[in-house]
Amino acid sequence: MQEFLEFTLGGISFGMIYAAIGLSLVLIWRGTRILNYAQGGMAMFTAYIALIVINHTGNYWAGFAAALAAGVVLGAVCERVIRPTQGKPPLNAVIVTIGLLILLEGLAGIIYGGQFRSFPAAFSISGLKIGSTSLGASRNDVFVAVAVLAAALALAVMFRYTSAGLRLRATAFSPGVARLLGVRVGRVLTLGWVLAGLIGALAGVLVSPNTFLYPNSMDSIFVLGFTAAVIGGLDSPVGAVVGGLILGVALNYVSGYLGSALMPVFGLCALVLVLMVRPSGLFGAASSRQV
Amino acid sequence: MTLLRHLGAAIVVALIVGYLSISLNAFRDFQIAEIAVYVVAVAGLTVLIGLSGQISIGHGAFMAVGAYAAALLLMHLGWPLEAVLAASAVITALAGLLVGVAAARLRGPYLAGVTLMLAVALPSLADQFAGAFGGDQGLSVGVTTPAFLGATFPLTRWLAWVSCAAALITLVLLANLSRSRIGRSWRAVRDDEAAAALAGLNVARLRILAFVVSAACAGLAGALLGIVTSLVSPGSFTLTLSIALLTGAVIGGLGSLAGAVWGSLVIVLVPTYVTDVATSHGLSSSVAANIPVVAYGVVLIVVMLAFPAGIQGALRRLYGPVIPAASGSLNTLRRHAPASEHPEEGTQ
Repeated sequence: MQEFLEFTLGGISFGMIYAAIGLSLVLIWRGTRILNYAQGGMAMFTAYIALIVINHTGNYWAGFAAALAAGVVLGAVCERVIRPTQGKPPLNAVIVTIGLLILLEGLAGIIYGGQFRSFPAAFSISGLKIGSTSLGASRNDVFVAVAVLAAALALAVMFRYTSAGLRLRATAFSPGVARLLGVRVGRVLTLGWVLAGLIGALAGVLVSPNTFLYPNSMDSIFVLGFTAAVIGGLDSPVGAVVGGLILGVALNYVSGYLGSALMPVFGLCALVLVLMVRPSGLFGAASSRQV
Repeated sequence: MTLLRHLGAAIVVALIVGYLSISLNAFRDFQIAEIAVYVVAVAGLTVLIGLSGQISIGHGAFMAVGAYAAALLLMHLGWPLEAVLAASAVITALAGLLVGVAAARLRGPYLAGVTLMLAVALPSLADQFAGAFGGDQGLSVGVTTPAFLGATFPLTRWLAWVSCAAALITLVLLANLSRSRIGRSWRAVRDDEAAAALAGLNVARLRILAFVVSAACAGLAGALLGIVTSLVSPGSFTLTLSIALLTGAVIGGLGSLAGAVWGSLVIVLVPTYVTDVATSHGLSSSVAANIPVVAYGVVLIVVMLAFPAGIQGALRRLYGPVIPAASGSLNTLRRHAPASEHPEEGTQ
């Protein structure tokens, strides 16, 4: 029972990270039908920037802010690189984002070296206790969950109540019609990538204390974030968060009871299972393929 | 007729490579073997992506399957080399069947995600079952030169011969396959799935078959890589390997077997050369090791945006009809793609 509680709470913390990555994928997918495989690389790169700023200033929050700012810039830059693939076969965009991923990983290796670096946490990472019962979650885990939830809520509010959000939704619904109605679709797509870069950077900073930071550190986090987004249906921000939570908790049971090396394999099984049984995800609308 | 032409070309190349391997030193022999290994894997991948229109970012995982199969067969059963290579290809083909069945229902980005996850997840199994797979240390693979070549025959030259023979056989088989009924059906499915299905093609079966063929090539390549480097460990089958294979296929021109050879030359020779230059200029090893990785990224982006037909496409444009249009590269694909913003899925 004790173990079960610890695994569940720890899983929620990891799940929120997957949710954040999933959320950033959904933001780009809705607008452009591109799956950004570079998202993990972008998150890793911004986490390095945060680490440098933290080491220079000694202030965690300065690094946190620097990572978010870098995520914004990187998102905008990547959108410019990827834009020419619009209207080409989807394979081209996939290959270009893979190129971006490996480019970022190689650059990180050149600039920062390949060694594992420890990354500071915002708050204490010693486990919280109620009385003598250990909860398996720390203050920092609570911060992770709150930060991702706050970001998701802020996005939801933005989508529903601001004109930028309306333009984002209109472009996702139909870029052609949105353009006819005076929406500057190019800018809106850039905005989508910028927001995705921001959320990705958040995920990178939040997960790095748990995983160490190295050029490939986000690979496995990314594929699980992708799985979370697919579970939720790729089109649904709420779905990404719920998918992340389900996946995080489920995988933490696997890792806790069976061994942590099996986690990616079970993630793969979960992904294939979801795609076989319900390809549109838990929250996605069924879609038809145009021929 | 085509079969004869392919066989003739293969024999000519075999003679040239044989001469080269004898006149060059052991390190060059090793490089020849390495190039041949990559030719096998990249050729399989380029058929999968360029002809059947399915992407795999996880081909390194199939190579791992083949490599571990070969290592275990050599260690525990002591089979002869040819049998081990054939068995590794068959075992990996079965793995490809498994993935192919799942892949047949998936489209572009989803399939890429699943195969990406395969590349990330599979090496961790070596840790989990360290007893069988040797964990991080991996398994060492030992082969010897056969007796009929004499005791002084260098092992690297023998391995270069084996790898090149495997590469040439693979290329001839794939070239014939791509010109056969199956190859034409793959192209039909790639260009317009609905039309292909209406014309009576079994789309799912064709897509699965492409995965099986491609995985068999990757498995053979993995087995050869393990034997050539005499080590099979999870560290050899990283995501970077999968992306290097993808880079090779993209540089050469997706769907072109000649392009697979160009691409393999580039992904083996250029990193070695760049690393040599970088270390001789006093750059640290982490910089030197990562320059090729950066180059892969830049190449994938630039080629895909500016020259989607790759090296073979450029050669074809330069020399026109002399070089046969092997497959109809991605240009055909582009012509068929609808001009709307959502070529993948229209929400209705």
